[in-house]
Amino acid sequence: MATTATPQPKTNRIGLTVLDYRGGKTTLCAGCGHNAISERIIDAFYEMGIAPERVVKMSGIGCSSKSPAYFMGRSHSFNAVHGRMPSVTTGAVLANSTVVALGVSGDGDTASIGIGQFVHLMRRNLPMIYIIEDNGVYGLTKGQFSATADLGSKLKTGVINDLPPIDTCALAIMLGATFVGRSFSGDKKQLHTMLKAALAHRGTVMLDVISPCTTFNDHEGSTKSYKFVKDHEEPLHDLNFVPHFNEIDIDYDEGTTFNVTMHDGSTLLLRKLEDDYDPTNKAEAIKRIMQSHEADEVLTGVLYLNTTAPNFLDMINMTDRPLATLPESATRPSREALEECMEELR
Amino acid sequence: MATTEFAVHGADQGAGREPVVNDFSIQVATVNGSGSQSANTVLLRTIFQMGVPVSGKNMFPSNIAGLPTWYTIRASKKGYIARKKEIDFLVAMNPETAKEDVMSLEAGAVALYDEPLKLNELRSDLTFYAVPYDKITAAVCPESKLRKLVKNMVYVGVVAKLLNLDMAEVEKALRKQFAKKLKAAELNWNAAKAGYDWAESSLTKADPFTIERMNETSGMIIIDGNSAAALGSMFAGVTVVTWYPITPSSSLVESLIEYMKQHRIGPDGKATFAIVQAEDELAAIGMVLGAGWAGARSMTATAGPGISLMAEFAGLGYYVEIPGVIWDIQRVGPSTGLPTRTSQGDISFVARLSHGDTRHPMLIPCDPSECFSMAGDAFDLSEQLQTPVFVMSDLDLGMNNWMSEPFQYPEKPQNRGKVLTAEDLEKLAAFARYKDVDGDAVGYRTLPGTDHPAAAWFARGSGHNEKSQYSERPDDYANNMDRLARKFDTARRLVPRPEIVRNEGNEIGMIAYGTSHHAAIETLDQLETEYGVKIDYLRLRAYPFTRETHEFLAKHKRVYIIDQNRDGQMLELLKLDIAVPDIGKLRSMRHYNGLPIDARSITDEIISQEGK
Repeated sequence: MATTATPQPKTNRIGLTVLDYRGGKTTLCAGCGHNAISERIIDAFYEMGIAPERVVKMSGIGCSSKSPAYFMGRSHSFNAVHGRMPSVTTGAVLANSTVVALGVSGDGDTASIGIGQFVHLMRRNLPMIYIIEDNGVYGLTKGQFSATADLGSKLKTGVINDLPPIDTCALAIMLGATFVGRSFSGDKKQLHTMLKAALAHRGTVMLDVISPCTTFNDHEGSTKSYKFVKDHEEPLHDLNFVPHFNEIDIDYDEGTTFNVTMHDGSTLLLRKLEDDYDPTNKAEAIKRIMQSHEADEVLTGVLYLNTTAPNFLDMINMTDRPLATLPESATRPSREALEECMEELR
Repeated sequence: MATTEFAVHGADQGAGREPVVNDFSIQVATVNGSGSQSANTVLLRTIFQMGVPVSGKNMFPSNIAGLPTWYTIRASKKGYIARKKEIDFLVAMNPETAKEDVMSLEAGAVALYDEPLKLNELRSDLTFYAVPYDKITAAVCPESKLRKLVKNMVYVGVVAKLLNLDMAEVEKALRKQFAKKLKAAELNWNAAKAGYDWAESSLTKADPFTIERMNETSGMIIIDGNSAAALGSMFAGVTVVTWYPITPSSSLVESLIEYMKQHRIGPDGKATFAIVQAEDELAAIGMVLGAGWAGARSMTATAGPGISLMAEFAGLGYYVEIPGVIWDIQRVGPSTGLPTRTSQGDISFVARLSHGDTRHPMLIPCDPSECFSMAGDAFDLSEQLQTPVFVMSDLDLGMNNWMSEPFQYPEKPQNRGKVLTAEDLEKLAAFARYKDVDGDAVGYRTLPGTDHPAAAWFARGSGHNEKSQYSERPDDYANNMDRLARKFDTARRLVPRPEIVRNEGNEIGMIAYGTSHHAAIETLDQLETEYGVKIDYLRLRAYPFTRETHEFLAKHKRVYIIDQNRDGQMLELLKLDIAVPDIGKLRSMRHYNGLPIDARSITDEIISQEGK
């Protein structure tokens, strides 16, 4: 044995193996879409060479919100209260703007109890990635409808959903998120590419990932089942991503590919499957989403992208150094400053 | 007042009465939005500048313009700054309340009123002065639109003449008030002078009240508690501030924004802080905890309804053990209650805020100086204990102007608590977030972004073991809760000690906290001079209670707990904490009508319960 050269495990650009990005063993149901998403997250962070120590994994409550325990065990993580992950993440990013914030939420955690914090997070364009693992039902409480369940979708018990769904992507685009995508846990390549692009963006990335619940919402009559989504997925484009540390060696046709240079210098290439879809056009994005509802399509891809809007940290003119560890000399004004304040009050 | 059977009608009847110097209260009754606040501040500052101890209390409606508001200024040569129950000098500017305002005066008081109101017909036992405001105002203010505002400065001039205020000091105070508006300063100064001149030529002093110069305010400042809290927070090194506007806490963050813009922009022109107006109080405290977890000194300010919304997150902060400072500027509840009136109604709720077994340290400032110092104490304590700390101010303290000694520069370095760096981790064999390494029940934490493979821990509001791993094991849960209880004992050793104002072995003791203090010390004097009763007094400054409080209770036969709430909330908390034989010693004095507590009410209640 000793004489045979053991093949060195493959490492990324910072010398870590993919194993360094793994987390605890999942306790979610076998076949749960959330586990597939966790795998894509691991791959994306590994391939982008992001040190796990630089990442904060944030979540609320629900099956989806448990999943940060199952990837990147070397990252700090915060499993907060139901629907309030956005505010906790906002505070964390303000305290340390050098970390990469990854929020994992569910459709209940986002679109019902957390809708207030969700919409205001989108408005601020805080640098973070917000993933909704969207299965249309409350899993942990055994299968009640959530607010993203489609009109007419059927529960296992036969109950029909008679309320219109909240389209989190349309909302996010309207409110100010600057990278909005929809994908499917079963679409490995698209989700993987989208996550890498998300890591190259500096602003709010909102990804609604349809992630079927094998236990409570994967049956005939459900519009969030594997079969339904596979049959109805309508990708807007074929995605390719070239990170800033690689040369572009993909052949692409200028006329059929939409290229976007991301904040970190990476390139996102969107090969058009639909004529003239321009993901930087807000109004067009909303219109296309509305059309997809009428056509019963699960429209996927990068729906909207804006690389020029200021993010929240730009807006508040905050120092680049982490506020958390500023030395006392930077956070306690001088004796003279206090005397000046006192004099004004005399 | 020693004046019964006393009937005056505005002329020459003041002669027979002893002068009342530097010991009376003035109440200005107006409508809000009329600009009277500036006039009242000028009056307050003038008395202050003349070296006379003074306090001002604004009783205002939850409204922007047009509803009744009363401002009470108390001058006290003895230095009493609590509200005085009786009004001695009324400035009746609001026709809607004028009649009731006059009827509620005690005999011998003064009523200065707008001539057309004819208030002098209401009673015969007061001194009345009628002022033709419209005539005086029109002469100095050609622009009719501005007359409503300028009229207020006319009463300042009239009052200045009647109370013997120094017009040079009035001018100084007025020019400070309008420092940034030269035109307004000029217009208002002319109005004040016109009022003064009119009073000089048209009125004959017929009341005993007068201000004489003293030297009791030299070097002091005038500030509201919210601004003091803002200053204290800035000098304590706060970096993340979140808020949702709510009366009476909004001005805390608003003044903090102004101070931070002046003093906390780094040499590179970038802010060394982030201040975020959140979408609600849920988000405000969520951001505080996110920032506290990531290592920032973070805070928010709110009032009762906000506190109710923060309950769930407060439990998260307690259980995950995250620092964060929450200022509760208490107002009257329950529900919306009286948003612009003061109370100490959140004490027992905040002590246990959230579901499950939860306890939070509370700091309780009594004056602006303590708002300043406790802002720093709160951050140190919160980071040392790794738990949210609540500072329990109230509307009276937060929004009213108080005279104060200038604040002391914080000499102690910030105490950032037990935080492990990458270098520390390198030396350690293992790191377990919630392990009680030092025997004080406070574990070591690491901050996100710490560059070490062993740095990460999983913050979770669900059950966890020492290593912060998910656990539903009965022993893990119970051990953790027991450690948290022991941590509260550590808090007991670290919170500010009570102030033992008097402990001379008297039979009766009194315990008060927060703004009740100012009435309480006046009560000590009233009891002694009026009834010959001497009692001891301890002022609580924090929860959990410390040894001194238990000893104080043990030493007295009866102890009156002064609460500005209906249910005796501090008394309730004490009951849970003290030795059983001492419970029977507790007596309750409660004040809960929305007005700041006054000494007379406390004195009367103690005397009544003592059967004297």
